[in-house]
Amino acid sequence: MSILNVEQAINQALQEEMHRDSRVMVMGEGVAKSRAALLASFGPQRVRNTPLAEAVISGTAVGAAATGLRPVVDLLFAPFLTYAMDALVNSAGKLRYLSGGQHEFPLVTLSMTGAGWCVGAQHNHNLEAMFVHAPGLKVVMPSTPADFKGLIKTAIRDNNPVLVFTDLSLLHASGEVPDETEFLVPLGKAAVSREGTDVTLVSYAKTVNICLESAKQLEEFGISAEVIDLRSLKPLDEETVLRSVRKTGRLVIVQEASGLCGMAAEIAALAVTRAFEALRAPVVRLTGPDAPAAASWVLEQATVPTAGKIVQAVREMLPHAAPVVRQQIVQPA
Amino acid sequence: MLIRAYEERLALMQQNNGVPGTCTSVGQEACAVGVLGALDSRDRIITNHRSAAHLLARGADPGRLMAEVLGRVDGYCGGHSGSLHVSARELGVVLTSTIVGGGLSLAPGVALAQKMGQGEEGGVVVVFFGDGAACEGILHESLNLAVQWQLPLLFVCENNQWQAYVHRLETMADDAIYRWACGHGLDTQRIDGNDSDLVLEAARQAVGAIRADGRPRFLELLTYRQRGHLEPDDLAYVDQVERQRWLKRDPIALMQARLKAEGLLQDKELRTIEEQIHRQTDTAQAFAEASPWPDPQKLLQHVYAG
Ligand SMILES: Cc1ncc(C[n+]2csc(CCOP(=O)(O)OP(=O)(O)O)c2C)c(N)n1
Ligand SMILES: [Mg+2]
Repeated sequence: MSILNVEQAINQALQEEMHRDSRVMVMGEGVAKSRAALLASFGPQRVRNTPLAEAVISGTAVGAAATGLRPVVDLLFAPFLTYAMDALVNSAGKLRYLSGGQHEFPLVTLSMTGAGWCVGAQHNHNLEAMFVHAPGLKVVMPSTPADFKGLIKTAIRDNNPVLVFTDLSLLHASGEVPDETEFLVPLGKAAVSREGTDVTLVSYAKTVNICLESAKQLEEFGISAEVIDLRSLKPLDEETVLRSVRKTGRLVIVQEASGLCGMAAEIAALAVTRAFEALRAPVVRLTGPDAPAAASWVLEQATVPTAGKIVQAVREMLPHAAPVVRQQIVQPA
Repeated sequence: MLIRAYEERLALMQQNNGVPGTCTSVGQEACAVGVLGALDSRDRIITNHRSAAHLLARGADPGRLMAEVLGRVDGYCGGHSGSLHVSARELGVVLTSTIVGGGLSLAPGVALAQKMGQGEEGGVVVVFFGDGAACEGILHESLNLAVQWQLPLLFVCENNQWQAYVHRLETMADDAIYRWACGHGLDTQRIDGNDSDLVLEAARQAVGAIRADGRPRFLELLTYRQRGHLEPDDLAYVDQVERQRWLKRDPIALMQARLKAEGLLQDKELRTIEEQIHRQTDTAQAFAEASPWPDPQKLLQHVYAG
């Protein structure tokens, strides 16, 4: 085990996979500078700075993936994916199927998003669900350094296009990361980050930590919250979510992305269609609004799910839960 | 000089007061001053992430601009934009996108509306973009359409040698961007973007020609980004020899030297101007810092039009 931050964990995953498989290469705007250690290890053939041209960066990755390479493309900020979308959505996601299974597209995209940097909606847009909606693509959005390492390694070895989203505010978050080069985290497997019995909090990426913080606060009210970190948005680990909902009977889903047609809606539908009988309260979604992220700090932060909002939502579900009073034993004089 | 003072003040505030980072146009002021000097109030401008010089040269109020960077309610966009997408329709700065190449995709539409009677008679549209943006395929789509539809559009490429943290020569097979435009069959020119007189003259010619025949023109302005991509930036990746060469050709110093040589500017006058600008920047900072934060209750205002 080593203590790494998310950025280091990502670079370690890339380093190990490039070492293991000479077909793996990395390209993107400035990657040879931002990931200088990779350039030093593997040289300019396999670590390529590209022009500012997301459409052809992603298209090149798709073409190269179909014919023998395993590219990782760094597209910087998630909103720039819209330029890259044609190759990813229309080609990588569809041409295997439309060719009757002739092609495989083993490629990975990296991009960052999330509130906290006051950069506004052209840099901060949690648009992961758009890609969940696109057939043929897989999507992951981890919350811990270990999961970043393990999931990126698995994504590189997967024969499908995998989009990895990184919340900006996690980049410098540290945690224990296994050193083994065969440390892999499977796609499509959620993590139970905390066990509990009264309510299930489902989330992914940065907001998992906010759910964990809420769970701690809820203890004060005698409420035991289970926290599930989806990690993979597609494939989705339905069983882990359902098992938890059947146990607790209450479900709160938390995401920074806007709510309409998002992951929270999907999880709510899952619970209602497959665990309806277990539900003891209406499902609650805490999501961002249907609005672009503003740059101004106060407006940006006003849209972000907080522990306070989660605690309040859970307490409304469990109105009889009262603050835990620690008994004082009064000694007789 | 106001532009330089404004941006250097902001950079200082960024170091000291946790103000959000900006992409400064320090070193590129002559491009903005020259091109905007050739325009009048009929004309419309589309800019990008590095917009402060364009806005200030167009007459933006430094206080309101700074308030926007700070995310305050008195900013040109009510604090929604921050520094990266500042538009100000009252100044004819109609659209600003920080998506590299975004402005290039919008410009033909703005010019089409102008051509079809939606602007003031004789107005011209100017789109500013960088050498990095020129690498996006949309440049060619935009040029082709503008030529084919005969749109009153001036393309201004500020070739400042840098595309974020990558030098342009690392990403471009050709050394010259204007040659890429040439292939589309429009008049193009490459000029020294650090010489405000030359830029003004070239822009006047191009704008005059567009007004006369309604067809697009293209200017490549050679210049240099003296500060980092985004403040603060340690410039560790920058070729210092090249940088020093360009610093010797600082556009403001060049202009001052020329004016002095021609006897149009005295030292005393210059000091007066400097003092005046210093006061102006003080006022701007005081205004911006005193401006209130936007009201979170109004978060959803402006998502959709009424
Ligand atoms: C589509 C897109 N890709 C990448 C970025 C990140 N980015 C912002 S500015 C910039 C450099 C742009 O270079 P250039 O067009 O030359 O303009 P300059 O910054 O030099 O003025 C980059 C890579 C972006 N904003 N949009
Ligand atoms: Mg540039």
